[in-house]
Amino acid sequence: MPPTPQPLHLHVPEPTGRPGQATDFSYLHLSPAGAVRRPELDATPASTADLAFTLVRVLDDVGTAVGPWAPPHDAALLRRGLRAMMKTRAFDAKMLLAQRQKKISFYMQCLGEEAIATAHALALSPGDMCFPTYRQQGLLLARDDVPMAELMCQLMSNARDPMLGRQLPVMYSYKRAGFFSISGNLATQFIQAVGWAMASAIKGDSKIASAWIGDGATAESDFHTALTFAHVYRAPVILNVVNNQWAISTFQAIAGGESTTFAARGVGSGIAALRVDGNDFLAVLSASRWAAERARRNLGPTLIEWLTYRAGAHSTSDDPSRYRPADDAQHFPLGDPIARLRQHLTRQGDWSDDEHGQVQQALDAEVAAALKEAERHGGALVDGHVPPIETMFEGVYKDMPAHLREQLRQARQEI
Amino acid sequence: MTMIQALRSAMDVMLERDPNVVVYGQDVGYFGGVFRCTEGLQAKHGRSRVFDAPISEGGIVGTAVGMAAYGLRPVVEVQFADYFYPASDQIVSEAARLRYRSAGDFTAPLTIRMPCGGGIYGGQTHSQSPEALFTHVCGLRTVMPSNPYDAKGLLIASIENDDPVIFLEPKRLYNGPFDGHHDRPVVPWSQHALGEVPEGHYTVPLDTAAVFRPGRQVTVLTYGTMVFVSEAAAQEAGIDAEIIDLRSLWPLDLPAIVASVKKTGRCVVVHEATRTSGFGAELAALVQEHCFYHLEAPIERVTGWDTPYPHALEWNYFPGPARVAAALRRAMET
Repeated sequence: MPPTPQPLHLHVPEPTGRPGQATDFSYLHLSPAGAVRRPELDATPASTADLAFTLVRVLDDVGTAVGPWAPPHDAALLRRGLRAMMKTRAFDAKMLLAQRQKKISFYMQCLGEEAIATAHALALSPGDMCFPTYRQQGLLLARDDVPMAELMCQLMSNARDPMLGRQLPVMYSYKRAGFFSISGNLATQFIQAVGWAMASAIKGDSKIASAWIGDGATAESDFHTALTFAHVYRAPVILNVVNNQWAISTFQAIAGGESTTFAARGVGSGIAALRVDGNDFLAVLSASRWAAERARRNLGPTLIEWLTYRAGAHSTSDDPSRYRPADDAQHFPLGDPIARLRQHLTRQGDWSDDEHGQVQQALDAEVAAALKEAERHGGALVDGHVPPIETMFEGVYKDMPAHLREQLRQARQEI
Repeated sequence: MTMIQALRSAMDVMLERDPNVVVYGQDVGYFGGVFRCTEGLQAKHGRSRVFDAPISEGGIVGTAVGMAAYGLRPVVEVQFADYFYPASDQIVSEAARLRYRSAGDFTAPLTIRMPCGGGIYGGQTHSQSPEALFTHVCGLRTVMPSNPYDAKGLLIASIENDDPVIFLEPKRLYNGPFDGHHDRPVVPWSQHALGEVPEGHYTVPLDTAAVFRPGRQVTVLTYGTMVFVSEAAAQEAGIDAEIIDLRSLWPLDLPAIVASVKKTGRCVVVHEATRTSGFGAELAALVQEHCFYHLEAPIERVTGWDTPYPHALEWNYFPGPARVAAALRRAMET
């Protein structure tokens, strides 16, 4: 007779750090900078299995670029990258304040995640299409052709809001900047990116798609359909998983991250995978270029897990001190992306404290001026401005059907 | 042509005319579809235009939204309407809203074909009529043909339309009209006038209903298989019913409905779908709002029962000519 087994029990993952405790970050399984190999562009997905469980890093603790993933030295590009990250952070800080001042109803920062979107944007080509979540504002702010004031007009739902006041703040859409319309429904864009990439392949185009999802949203079914379709049709897409450890209050282990990685899902689906230090601008740039080149050469999709930490609150409606240690971000072993690139550039002699201060000052002034300009166009919360009532009924269909024309007539009469 | 051939012809015509049209779904490519609706299309137009897809409705519709955002005009198939549920989020939250939420920056000109309806011993998951789940979604167009001529013309119009279209195909009508008399042999479309289908390009405009049978005593608002059931019922009851085949369920042809009910003063709504919150409720409400002073009797609804679609009790569930005839008589009594 075998011994009677113990009663079954349900395993419910918990983070090690709760308010008042310190997080044990050993679960991250970090690799030293420069230690992880750089495969050939045509590497088979199965051969990338080790890369799904290690961590591509370029910048070491003192800010030196080391190893096979170190990109060719390009001071101008890195200076541009540092400025893009600083711009993103300055924008976020100002908009957080604007929300507290009741100029906008809602906001979401990407504090601590600035390197991922900005460096990735610099690795893409004009015409490529990103399918972002609500936390990739860096894709837009890395460019200087989308005016900050216009983004703020969206946040304020004012007379210059390109979304005509229909969308919650941060749900931007910029086709001309390769930035797909953001939806409130998580993960839906991940599979749409694969479809866009398939379309590019069907038409014999040279453009690629870049899909974005957070760690928590990988549990949604569209994550899995995206991997399957990307693999089946060898779609020219980069599948980006931003693992910032938290989905609102939920630790990444509850999304399925315990004792495994999100990059591993790629290998399991027959997709080449990388796991990359998301706070290392050089590693993000280099890995993004690798994946983009692979896609552009018809070598198939790549899944990249970007390891980072959501340093800020989930949104302006969230208070992280109720579910995690208040000083958690300071102990995150991959540090801060701006501080690390600044350290590297300073070490190279391509940046100085003086210049940093000047750039910071200029960006703060630019953001303040943009807000002033945006405010000139009013806003629902600022001066009660709302768009004309017909904009509520227009655009549901290409042409307004009879029932909506009738409802518009009623609305005008009754309201 | 049969309805199957007519639908295939519509896709063939559009694949030929518009290089941005692509057709895909489960078993749609090499095999030509489990209902043969796409037979030969892959061989003719190539695998990059017509192809097989993984068994993932959410993936099929989700990729189609992305393709449409790129600039293609996808025509995708969900094998049975009963299996669209995994794609609900992509249909409701994405395809239907893309134009509105992006203020026209991106659009989703896609067509989703779904064989629907019962009367084929399909049981619970091969017989459903989920049209009310689509008509309730702002931004979608919902269309259902009842014969080969309309099937081809409406499908071409749907593919050419820049709004997302849910194209429901009553599979009971694929090979021939069906009036609910399951004990009689099926008559093929080749013996029906509406089986006459032109080879080339033509459209049947969306948002327009057809007077399937003109009449003076009572208006029947219906679509799909129930058009033929209603015709048989009117004949058997000896009632001069005007049968309106809505064709486009939403947005619909309100003037045609109102003109008919104002003329007859009576209205019977007939659909296969379950009753409560079914599309018939919307039709009844519209008639009540627009024709109240012309109505001589309460609006009748003949529908499927509020139960899942059974297998053995198929003909107790399916609203056949006897039930429709009884409703027509009730409408005439008051």
